[in-house]
Amino acid sequence: MNEAGAIKTHGPGAHQPGPVDAYEQRAFGFWLYLMSDAIIFALLFATYTVMLGNSAGGPTGKMIFDLSNTIAETALLLFSSLTFGFATLALRAGKRLEVLGWLVVTFALGLGFVAVEFHEFTGMVQAGAGPDRSGFLSAFFTLVGTHGLHVSLGLIWILVMVGQVMAKGLTQPVSSRLLRLGLFWHFLDIVWIAIFSVVYLPGVM
Amino acid sequence: MLGRLTIDALPFYSWVAMGGASVVVLGALAVAAAITWFGAWRYLWREWLTSVDHKRIGIMYITLALVMLVRGFVDAIMMRAQQAFALNSDGYLPPSHFEQIFSSHGTIMIFFMAMPFLSGLINIVVPQQIGARDVAFPFLNSVSLWLTAAGAALVMVSLVIGKFSTAGWTGYPPYSGAQFNPGVGVDYWLWAVLISGVGSTLTGINFVVTIVKRRAPGLTLMRMPLFTWTALCSSTMIIFAFPALTVACTMLALDRTFGMHFFTNADGGNLMNYANIFWMWGHPEVYILVLPAFGVFSEVVATFSGKRLFAYRSLVFATAAITLLSFTVWLHHFFTMGASASVNAFFGIATMTIAIPTGVKVFDWLFTMYRGRIRFHPSMVWTIGFMVTFVIGGMSGVLLALPPADYLMHNTTFLVAHFHNMIIPGVLFGYLAGYMYWFPKAVGFTLEERWGRWSFWCWIVGFMLAFMPLYALGFMGMPRRMEHYNVAEWQPYLAVAGLGAVIILLGIACLVIQLAVSVKAWRTARDLNGDPWDGRTLEWLTSSPPAPYNFAVLPEVKDIDAFLDMKRRGVAYQKPTAYVDIHMPKNSGLGPVVGGLALLLGFAVVWHIWWLAGLCALGLGTTVILRASDDDTEFCLPASEVEKIEDQRYRAMASDIRASDVDRPLFPARPIPEVAT
Repeated sequence: MNEAGAIKTHGPGAHQPGPVDAYEQRAFGFWLYLMSDAIIFALLFATYTVMLGNSAGGPTGKMIFDLSNTIAETALLLFSSLTFGFATLALRAGKRLEVLGWLVVTFALGLGFVAVEFHEFTGMVQAGAGPDRSGFLSAFFTLVGTHGLHVSLGLIWILVMVGQVMAKGLTQPVSSRLLRLGLFWHFLDIVWIAIFSVVYLPGVM
Repeated sequence: MLGRLTIDALPFYSWVAMGGASVVVLGALAVAAAITWFGAWRYLWREWLTSVDHKRIGIMYITLALVMLVRGFVDAIMMRAQQAFALNSDGYLPPSHFEQIFSSHGTIMIFFMAMPFLSGLINIVVPQQIGARDVAFPFLNSVSLWLTAAGAALVMVSLVIGKFSTAGWTGYPPYSGAQFNPGVGVDYWLWAVLISGVGSTLTGINFVVTIVKRRAPGLTLMRMPLFTWTALCSSTMIIFAFPALTVACTMLALDRTFGMHFFTNADGGNLMNYANIFWMWGHPEVYILVLPAFGVFSEVVATFSGKRLFAYRSLVFATAAITLLSFTVWLHHFFTMGASASVNAFFGIATMTIAIPTGVKVFDWLFTMYRGRIRFHPSMVWTIGFMVTFVIGGMSGVLLALPPADYLMHNTTFLVAHFHNMIIPGVLFGYLAGYMYWFPKAVGFTLEERWGRWSFWCWIVGFMLAFMPLYALGFMGMPRRMEHYNVAEWQPYLAVAGLGAVIILLGIACLVIQLAVSVKAWRTARDLNGDPWDGRTLEWLTSSPPAPYNFAVLPEVKDIDAFLDMKRRGVAYQKPTAYVDIHMPKNSGLGPVVGGLALLLGFAVVWHIWWLAGLCALGLGTTVILRASDDDTEFCLPASEVEKIEDQRYRAMASDIRASDVDRPLFPARPIPEVAT
């Protein structure tokens, strides 16, 4: 590598640090958080894959997965990502009511997702396929449950942001929080697509 | 109502356990009484506990680390005493107690001594080295501190209420599972590690953002001081490695609490998953700890040799190489667990490869000293002691990296000797060198040097006596963690090791005396110009202790040794024509609140007091939401106030100290409007 100055000729903060830098730093920090969260999911996926055969005489994926649940969940979550995208567009246009509307729609879709997942989980537990039945089921519930927990926390976050948009309007700090919430929400969507492809599809095939 | 918590949790069953519990309780009461006596609660709360200033957070981290060093050392000397006498006898510790002691020794030294010491040094130094006024997320920094403290407190609580883990600091299942270890011990370990692990992850994120985004103008990556480089690499490793610890510990907690089967013997569990995931964190962790120590050595060696660091660029690349390689070697912690020969060979070779960049570093430090004008400040003495001793540990590490050799030495005291040989001279000597080097920067006066040197000699002699016999004992076949034994040939070596521990005790005593003597004479040892060692990097440009904002005017960097370059060009202390208003973060009581709730949450989960756990979780959520909805977290320090602070410093530098200045407290109350809640 030649003169390292080429990497960055001007150190960031070449001017006095201002509020804009602060938002940029928060966004960067949030990306780093998402990366560490992605590693948590990666390890949960790896564990799940390794434990696939460890059903200990209990039910296997083929016996308990019901694709109709999965399709409903997938549709709800993907559409919620789309509606969050609309909320971001409205935010960019500065339309407060529209932002609120799309956030509420996103919340409803996310809540639907959590409800379906809850229904799916309770059904499994009642059928004797709870997380304490086998190593495979422990891995399954922990992987999918961690995602569900993230979605639930995201729902709380959406509520908090609805409150902030109503109370404070689309101020700069509120907008920056909304953008980070968007990152979080879309990230969960991507994780779900991985769950769909690694857990459910091969599970029923 | 109280879950599994009953009166039986109090340690009335053993005199030794009761003694430990009384020391903790009485110690806490004594500290509280002293604070009350001096009427310092308000000052402590307003100026320290709620502080979001990275320098004060750093000092609190290091205070925690030193306290826990003593606690961890008490564990160590108890083990050495037991083993020195336990030939064909039970010694004075029953097996279950001995097991708790080696478990808490490892846990404390890694998580609650080394990690806080590391975070403390990085906190105090890095923002100043990069010419920044603060870290990127000051409040998050406070939260990290309090989560770490909560984890440490949980370990201390286990001394008084209930028992600590008997499963070693690595907590291997299935022994650490509910079937073989049904009590609360492993749960204490799990929750202490989980809670402080979240704090560490947040610290990692904070410092990557700080270093990447907040450097002063002109401070390119390849001009960053080596300590900042190592802090950047270490923080990056934290972000990537700590999630693995979180996952491994969470799964074990799920096994224990909800009867899941990740790592159980039956029902499809697989304990190898734990070994793999745990060490995916555990091996990088070693480098997370040691790289910043290498950074300290690099700073100290350059300063006290009066020379620019030899081959700066190669040191940076070596650091980066170690960062990457550290993620490719974890399997060497369980060569004997039945992976195929080719897998073992891959990890063996990867492990040996790490010796190359590390060797590069040692040569760089040696060449920096070559023809330098060396001053034997205690920091420098620690550094030289490190170089001599660390190389031995490196050699034994290369030996252990050979899978066939590892089959012989695995689980013997040879391994114990090896990793203590890396961590005591590598990590601890480094941190102590950093402590003595940056002490004046942090608090405003220098440490007495003679006791520092004495401490070094006790530590290094004690270390040699305590651990060289363990290498021999390992070859003789002594397994680690033996509560008693019946091989008479081992005893002389264990007696020498015990003597070594006593000499290390003297070393710790010297550290305490050094601190006491220095505090007593602080007026005569004041660091008035902020640059006591003729420093080379930017942290020596600020006053000691630095103003709340570090730099009234952000420095312009033109060289690797930025501050030396400024001194040479005669622009180091130029008075600016005008000052500007500076925006500062407000203190916040929410940091300690988060820590307190996390501690209570951990306690509640350990004892299965579910209603309390639920309340704490609710409280934590509410706290986060409150903070996230607060847009008024900063205040403005007006230019006139800045000018006042800076003028005082210029007067001090001109040695034109008025009587009123001499008695000026080192940590005056900050001009902060009110404590934001």
